[in-house]
Amino acid sequence: MATIQLDRVSKAYEGRGVLQDLSLTVEHGECFTLLGPSGCGKTVLLRLIAGFENPDSGSISIGGEVVAAAFGESLPPDRRDLGVVFQDYAVWPHMTVFQNVSYPLKLAGAKEAELRERTQRAVDLVNLSGLEKRLPSELSGGQQQRVALARALAANPSLMLLDEPLSNLDANLREEMRFEIKELQHKLDITIFYVTHDQEVALAISDRIAIMDDKGIISQIGAPLEIYERPANIFVFSFMGLANFMPLRREGATLFVGEGGQVFSGSAPADGDYVLGFRPSDVILSRPGKEAARPGMVAPGFLRGRIKRASFLGAMIDYQVEIDGVFLRTELESHFALDEGLLFAEGEECSVALHNMHWFTREEAAKEGVRI
Amino acid sequence: MSARGQRQGSGFGAPQIILTLSIAILVIVVAVPVLLILFNAFWADGVFNIRDVARVLTEPDTYQALLNSVIIACGTTAGSTIIGTFFAWLVTRTDLPWKRFMKGMFLVPFMLPSFIGALAWKMLLSPRAGYINRFFMDTLGLEEPIFNIYSYAGIVAVECMYLFPFVFIQVCGALERMDPTLEESARISGAGLFTITSRITIPLVMPSILSGALLIMLYSMAHFGTVAVLGIENGIFNIPTLIYERIHQSGGSFDSIRTGTVLASVLVVSAAFIIWLQNRILGKGRYQIIAGKSFRPMELKLRGLRMPLLVICIAYIAFTIVLPTTVIFLVGGLKTYGLAFTLENLSLDNYKFILFDHKLTRDAIFNSVTLGLSAALITMFAGVMISYVIVKMKTRGKGILEFLGMLPFSVPGSVIALGVILAWSGKFGINLYNTVWIILVAYIARYMAFSLKANSAALEQVHDSLMEAARACGASMWQTLRDIVLPLVRPGMLAAFFLIFLPSLRELTVSIMLYSPTTRTIGVAIYTLNEDGETVISAALAGVALILIITGQSLINRFTQSSSSSKG
Repeated sequence: MATIQLDRVSKAYEGRGVLQDLSLTVEHGECFTLLGPSGCGKTVLLRLIAGFENPDSGSISIGGEVVAAAFGESLPPDRRDLGVVFQDYAVWPHMTVFQNVSYPLKLAGAKEAELRERTQRAVDLVNLSGLEKRLPSELSGGQQQRVALARALAANPSLMLLDEPLSNLDANLREEMRFEIKELQHKLDITIFYVTHDQEVALAISDRIAIMDDKGIISQIGAPLEIYERPANIFVFSFMGLANFMPLRREGATLFVGEGGQVFSGSAPADGDYVLGFRPSDVILSRPGKEAARPGMVAPGFLRGRIKRASFLGAMIDYQVEIDGVFLRTELESHFALDEGLLFAEGEECSVALHNMHWFTREEAAKEGVRI
Repeated sequence: MSARGQRQGSGFGAPQIILTLSIAILVIVVAVPVLLILFNAFWADGVFNIRDVARVLTEPDTYQALLNSVIIACGTTAGSTIIGTFFAWLVTRTDLPWKRFMKGMFLVPFMLPSFIGALAWKMLLSPRAGYINRFFMDTLGLEEPIFNIYSYAGIVAVECMYLFPFVFIQVCGALERMDPTLEESARISGAGLFTITSRITIPLVMPSILSGALLIMLYSMAHFGTVAVLGIENGIFNIPTLIYERIHQSGGSFDSIRTGTVLASVLVVSAAFIIWLQNRILGKGRYQIIAGKSFRPMELKLRGLRMPLLVICIAYIAFTIVLPTTVIFLVGGLKTYGLAFTLENLSLDNYKFILFDHKLTRDAIFNSVTLGLSAALITMFAGVMISYVIVKMKTRGKGILEFLGMLPFSVPGSVIALGVILAWSGKFGINLYNTVWIILVAYIARYMAFSLKANSAALEQVHDSLMEAARACGASMWQTLRDIVLPLVRPGMLAAFFLIFLPSLRELTVSIMLYSPTTRTIGVAIYTLNEDGETVISAALAGVALILIITGQSLINRFTQSSSSSKG
């Protein structure tokens, strides 16, 4: 069993607090992703769990056993039954693929035959069969990454810690590797603690995601769909993908868009000024006078806007739309736009409707530094 | 999970052992001797006494030695900097023929011991017996010798010949790394060649020039060999030779030791100042020209000057490298010093004598080789450990070690020798004086800086995650060191070994202060034989030393080249 429990963990570097009173539980057998912007302290958290660093206060336990507590003794990394995959692979350059992968087994005192067999199995698992005798310098980046993965898996750890393992790979390989990691986890029934700043990877592989903001505070923990659809705050919303923000101004009971005179007819959760958040794909464009409600649209009527910029990207067309000084981005499938007569020229007028909106107060938006 | 028995805590684990051991080595080997020197210098009759220090420094002899050190160091620095910068520019930025060969030749003086060079020049240019002077007086009938090598000018000239590579190598590096677009854009703006060189190129490489010049200053201030061979005849002493003279003549009397410690303190302080200055200059200038990549520099067409400059380079190499080396081997083959170099006067008898029959020289060769091997091995391992703590460990108390680690860089050889005498002559219950061990201790202190430099550089290349990966795989700290760190820093360790072994074969400054009749080293034997008038034997031994050094150096070059090309 490898349940990770962090209890009010704090860690500071040179007087600068990175993590404060952080508590978190990762269940056995889940793929748990810690997602956050770079420099937010997520790698520090991984290093604390691995035992490369010790917490200033609070305690960490793995599988029910306390491995680190402030002022107490801590279990060194080599006794925590882990596999770690580093961002820069950390494949030992003086050892062959086989030697790299078999090293943890050798340390565990495996017999020659068993060592060969289990190393081979790990090498096969990551599709590196036939390259056992190569040195890391003779491998591509993706292959080195898989060596690191095989090495971390070789000794059958109950817990794998992965620190941005895909960020140095090219886009195709990244996609392939993330499926492989997910598949391995199911096959081997281990706990994975995965640290990344890439929300696509996080959404694709995780059972649960924790979003950490740039102050080292966890904003939300939940399943990928839940995080994406019901962001706990404006930070989570803006971090999970391209975001549009539309400020709404209240005059009496009426909401107006931006500084202009168009009335926004949707109903706000409460009084006060708001900022509306929505994805580019949740903007519905139509020709003025040809507006038609489409299924799923809960739009509060149509707003009049103007196309400021149109970029043809192949499969998609990217429009920038201005509504009374507020700029929005939207994407239309090229063929859909063609069929529906929605190929706009720059400067043309258009009608805009929205769905899947998120309501944020002005104060919250200002606090998070969202540019409006 | 039952395997998770052992725990690491705040107690006394492996990191603490390594840290303590590292600090202990540096304290015992380097810090204590230096502290003892300062203590003896400023602490007379049980009280802090600055007036007595002033008294020692204002004695005519001591004052003159201080002045001489400064005069010689300034002259040498100026001369070497001009020569070094000029040749560096020629071989990197012009279309001079055979540039690669020239560059290699200009680095040769690095491996030649300067006191052997001084011996050669003494044979060529001593006022009465020197071959060149005699040629001009006997054959051309001149009344006076054309050049007296026993003079400030002579000493400065010889030191320049052997020290200019310090500037040469630094400036070559800077010029090679310099972004050529800086010069090209000046050229596009219409600047002439002279303007480009004086306004763009020289200011950009100025940090490298200055840093090389300061290295030479540091080296020359504390330099023993050349001044000992060429200066003592005419009563020219600098700080190290005066320390040696006083202690040697009085057999280590209290008064001589006191004068020695005061002079040594002056060296320590000026060395520390020079190193500080150099760090400042390098710190400020480092990133101005280095863009990380190597560029193909703009080559200047020398046109009509191409051949004359080539002749100058070849003449310089012939005159400063080939001529003195040849003279050493030739004199080593003579029956008696002063005979003409004719076939019937030359034989291999002296070489046979010193290698097989003469006990003194055989002992000296044996001593130097064993001392060099032991010092290199010990210093290599100690250096790895200390560098590991400095570069890799996150332990409290590391700051002390960083400071102590800097110390060997700024302590000149004669100071180390004196400090070692103070520390190991029974004061603390261990008396190594007059044994071979005291020389070994001094060598370790002297060469620790080389080892720290080479090993730190190698360890910087070993990324922390490589070690953490091993820990995560279940390796203990010791297993990580054995299986990951040591194999990866092996090239650095080998470099450290040779960086220590080769120079120790020709070491003079430290050994001359510490030798006893049975513990002569090669350097000491060459020097004392020459002092005793056994010039031909001394030259033969110098020849053997040169062969050892050159063979060793070429082996290293071959080794490092093949290992670096296989990496690429």
